[in-house]
Parts: sequence; C-alpha cells; structure tokens
Amino acid sequence: MSLLEITDLKVHFETDDGLVRAVDGISYTVDRGQTLGIVGESGSGKSVSSLTVMGLSRSRNAHISGSIKFDGKELLSASDDDLREIRGDDIAMIFQDPLSSLHPFYKVGAQIVEAIQTHRDVSKSQARDRAVEMLGLVGIPEPRKRADAYPHEFSGGMRQRAMIAMALANDPKLLIADEPTTALDVTVQAQILELIERLQSEFDTAVVVITHDLGVVAEMADEIAVMYAGRIVEHADTDTIFAAPEHPYTWGLLSSIPRLDSPRDEELVPIAGRPPSLINLPGGCSFHPRCPYVKPAHMTTDPLLEPVPDTPRHRVACLLNADTRKQLWRELREGTAPVDARARVMKDVAAEGSAVQAAGDTGSTLTQASGEGRPAAATEEAGT
Amino acid sequence: MISYIVRRLLWSVLLLLVVSFITFLMFVVLPSADPALLRAGRNPSPEVVAAIREQLGLDRPWYVQYAKYIWNLVAHFDFGYSYQNNVAVRDTIFDRLPATASLAVGGAVTWLLIGIPIGIVSAIKRGTILDRIAMGGALLAISAPVYWVGLVSIYLFSKDLGKLLPIFEGSGSYTDFTEDPVAWAAALILPWLVLATAFAAIYARFLRANLLDVMGEDYIRTARSKGLGERRVVFKHGLRSAVTPIVTIFGLDLGILFGGAILTETVFNIPGVGRLAYDAIQKSDLPIVQGTVLIAALAVILANLVVDIVYAFLDPRVRY
Repeated sequence: MSLLEITDLKVHFETDDGLVRAVDGISYTVDRGQTLGIVGESGSGKSVSSLTVMGLSRSRNAHISGSIKFDGKELLSASDDDLREIRGDDIAMIFQDPLSSLHPFYKVGAQIVEAIQTHRDVSKSQARDRAVEMLGLVGIPEPRKRADAYPHEFSGGMRQRAMIAMALANDPKLLIADEPTTALDVTVQAQILELIERLQSEFDTAVVVITHDLGVVAEMADEIAVMYAGRIVEHADTDTIFAAPEHPYTWGLLSSIPRLDSPRDEELVPIAGRPPSLINLPGGCSFHPRCPYVKPAHMTTDPLLEPVPDTPRHRVACLLNADTRKQLWRELREGTAPVDARARVMKDVAAEGSAVQAAGDTGSTLTQASGEGRPAAATEEAGT
Repeated sequence: MISYIVRRLLWSVLLLLVVSFITFLMFVVLPSADPALLRAGRNPSPEVVAAIREQLGLDRPWYVQYAKYIWNLVAHFDFGYSYQNNVAVRDTIFDRLPATASLAVGGAVTWLLIGIPIGIVSAIKRGTILDRIAMGGALLAISAPVYWVGLVSIYLFSKDLGKLLPIFEGSGSYTDFTEDPVAWAAALILPWLVLATAFAAIYARFLRANLLDVMGEDYIRTARSKGLGERRVVFKHGLRSAVTPIVTIFGLDLGILFGGAILTETVFNIPGVGRLAYDAIQKSDLPIVQGTVLIAALAVILANLVVDIVYAFLDPRVRY
C-alpha cells in the first residue's frame, strides 16, 4: 500500500469571475521514503493540490472531490479535527518564502516548540531540547543560542533550515516541500536540497517537492509528475523524464533550462505564450494554444493520461501518436527548432497553417518560433 | 534605548515651546476682546482699565509678555493666572484633570471592550450576516456626531429626562471618585458609552481589516500546517500581529482625550479640561487657554513617546 494515494482529485473554487478549476482530476501515489517531484508553471495547480492534502484548501467556496488516502485513511472525508491531528505530525510542509512563513513576533525556538507540543505530550523543556536538537540537525550553528533569535535575525537559508527543523520535529511520514528553494540564493539552494535529501534518508520520510524548476528535482526525485492547467500531463521516473520525455510541454520545460553539456551558443527555447486561465480553459488539449505540434483535432479532443506503449510506468496525456512523439523528441534533442522539427516529422499534416491559424482564433497565443529558434517579434508582441 | 528616550524628550520640549508660541501669537494677531476690559466690570473708568492692564502685564510688548510667561513656566512651573478670576492656571487645570482622566480612561476601556470583540468576530465571520450587521452598525456609529449621540442618549436614557429607559444619571451629576465612587461611575456610564460609540466602531473596523490582512499571511498558513487549532491560530498568531497597529492609535487617542474631550464634557456637563478650555476661549482668557493647550500637547507628545517605546516591546523587529 502506498503512503499517499491520490485518485482523481479535483479542487474547484467558486469566484466572482467564475469557477476556477485549480486542480482538475489528478492521480498519483507516493511510497514510503520515496520522493515525487511535481513540476509546473505557476497556476498549474501544483501548490493547491498539495495544500489540499494538508486540508488547507478547505473553504466555503472550494469544491473538492476525488480521494486522498494517506496511510490507508481517507483525508477528504476526514473531519477538520482529524486532519489537524495529522497536519504537522504525520504530514508536514515547508513553504517558498521562509521569511514570511515564520511568525515575525515569536522566537524561532518557540515556534518549533509550539509545533512539537501541539502533537506530543511533552514538557516545555523536553520540547525545547528537541527543538534545539532539530536546529542542530539542520545545520544551524550554536542551536541552543540561536533558538532564542527572531526570524529576522536569521539569513534566508537559515530561515529555511529552521522551517525544515520545524517540519521534521515530529518525525513526519510525509514532507511536502512547496518551492523550498525558490526564494533562496543559488548557492544556498543546493545546500537546502542536500539537507532535505539527507534528512529524508535519515528519517525515511516520503517527500513531495513542488517546483517550477526541473533542475531542483533532477537530483532528488525518484519520479516526476509534470502538471499543466490543473492536470498531470506526464508522469514517469526521473531518468525517463530527462532522457525520453513524451509531452511537448515537458520538452518545452527541458529546452528552457540551460545545460552545461550543451554547446555554449545553443539558444534556450522559451515556451511561447502563457498558461491558460483556469476559468476558461481552452477546449480539447489545454496545452494546444501553446503547442508547436498542434493538429486541428487537438482543439476538440481532451487527451487522457495514458501509458506510453512498451513503458507502462511512463504515462503521458498527448494526442500525438507515440512514433511521432519519439521522432519529434529526437529532432529536438539534436537542436532542431520546434517549427523545423514539426515540418520534418509531421509532413502528413498538410493543414499546418490552418491549425496555427485556428489556434490564434481561439483568442489564445501561439508564438511561432522562427528558423533560428527565436520567437518571431511580431507574434511575440501579439502574445503580450 | 535610553539615549533615544532622552533625545525624544528634548525634542518634546522644543515642540511644546513652538505650540505655546503659536497659541500666544494667535491672541496677539487675531482680534479678541481686551482682557483688561473684560476684567474691569461694567462701565470702568479708563484709569481702572489701565491699572488692570499694567497689573496683568498687558502694557508690555507681546514678546516681553511671552518671554516672561515662558520664564515663569520653566523656572517655577507657573502657568500664570486667569484673567477672569485671578486663580492660578496650574491649580485650575490640575483640579479639572481627574474628571477628564475619568472620562478618557473609562471611555477607552469601554470602546476596547466593545470594539475589539466585534472586530475579531467580524473578521472570523467575514461576509456573514453577523459581519454585515456589525460593520453596518459601525458605519452608523462613526457617522453620528458625538454631541448628537450625547444629546439623544440623555433624552432617552437619563434619570431625570429619559423618555425610553431612564436608568443612567444624566448631565450635570458628575461626582468626584474620592467623594463617592458609585455615584462617580453612575454619572459617567452614559458619557463613557457615548464617547466609546464612535471609537469602538473605528477600532472594530480597523481590527477587522488588520486581522483579515494578517490571516492571509504565510505564517498563518504555517501555523495551520503545524496542526494548531483554529482558535490558537487566530488568537496567538493572527491577533498578535493584528493588534499591534491598534496599540499605536490607541495611545494617540488616549493622549488626545487627556487634553480634554470638549464635546462630551460639554454635553454631559463634566468639569474637565475640555470644558475649561471651551469656557476660557469664549472669555479670551489667554493664560487658561495657553495652559490647556500646553497640557493637551504634552499629553499627545507623551502618548506618542509611550507608544513608540511600547512598540519596541511588541515588535521585536523594531529597535531604537
């Protein structure tokens, strides 16, 4: 049995502007001690889905359906009190901005003590000893002294360490890290990731890392789920995601990060356009307005997350057929620009121009990459 | 910290000097009745007026008068003597202070007791009927002028005039606390409530807005993710931050009221500093006006200083 088992989770919010489909039917599992990376742009629903696991997205105008099973227990139907007992004890979370995530008026040690005493029937001094121990464990020098410091007296990296100490103080089975390094300096980022990895193996904690940066999860995640517009569009183990990705959006993410092993003059290819509004999702495949390989049929048919032929652990939600995808990725990996790759691989699609045209007509943006792999200025302007 | 306080106090002295100078200047520059004439009674002979003028020092140039005033103030803590009845201004004001303090402190306690719970409940129950009623009521309470609320409340609730529910002492029954504490409280309940009406409404709205702001902060999400109960999240984590700005305006409001709640004191006939100032202005009694203005300014300045010092204890990020 998996530690965390999410099935067809939907989180919709009623707003004045309409129904926001923040999470629109996602399923994944996390095993004990395993690390799952959830990758996507802002607004892809990755944070909302994990806040929902914690029961923190419950509100009057939130409609949540599906199933979240943690350790065999259904969380969606659990009472607020039951959830509260799990939060910070069995499931802990760390957040993006460690400064704003710690209460500015309370000492760091006291905030950790509070987390411990909420779930453990221990004396204040025992809780404090544990807090100091945790601060030491996450690499804060002179932890006994620093426990009496306020968050503003810590550096950014130290604050995130303190947050991690707080999250792990009760030895949780699952740690959710929501963009844990985004607000930190690059040099500190690596330290924090290393720390999470080290503590994970020490405590045998399962970890869900949410990030927009594939680089963050490349090292530490066992599996990666790529989210787009509230859905998982590709899910595979980490090596597969990097070696043989199947979804055009994943290709886009990979081409937009610099790699040390690629030629220095190779240009990064940004993903054109912007994530769609979660209120008015484009029909068909949600990614079609930004997809360089779109066909007319993709604008009406909704792709399902299905296993890739021959590799059943690898699932992708794309309407292109598997052979086409493999050929496209081969072209892209050799540095071919998306538009050229399309021209070479998808010769059968005579209606290319009309497809692009139609995509433009839906009011969404499709920026055509020019021959040099650079977005053409005119279309880029149309996109902003 | 100490050097900060000393520096602030020195600035305060300078500020008080400026305040006194401006008040003094207004009497010199603006047309007002001749105090000597007022003092002299009906149909005085010019000699009497001249004698009084000399006695009060009014025949000297204004800057000499001012310098003399300041000298007496600094050297002897002497605020001068009322033009009207020759009583020492210092004693007059100190006689009136207990009444003003009673009104201000009692009113402040009342509005905190009413305003803060309403603000908290409104924020927690945002958008509900309860919130709407509370905030609608607050708007009414802020909009109603205090003298009007005062007169209406006397009309409705005072023991002698009350048309609706004559349970509170009305105007003109102020008794000193030392004389009869029960009568003191009985006479002040209505003024406290009237004074508190608008303040409670302002505080409720302010606290509601603050608390709503704070409850959206990341550290509140952290508190919830630790598994804290909602009550603890609101009171220990939310309120702790939301109440801090309230302390600032509370200190200032209290300081201002110590300088005299002119309208409330007048409507309820409470012999406080506010009434004293009001009467003195009508009679061009410069020393009394000057004294009350200085006391009011001092109260505000001290309140400001206290607020800033308290703030350093409330918010660990603030250091002087």
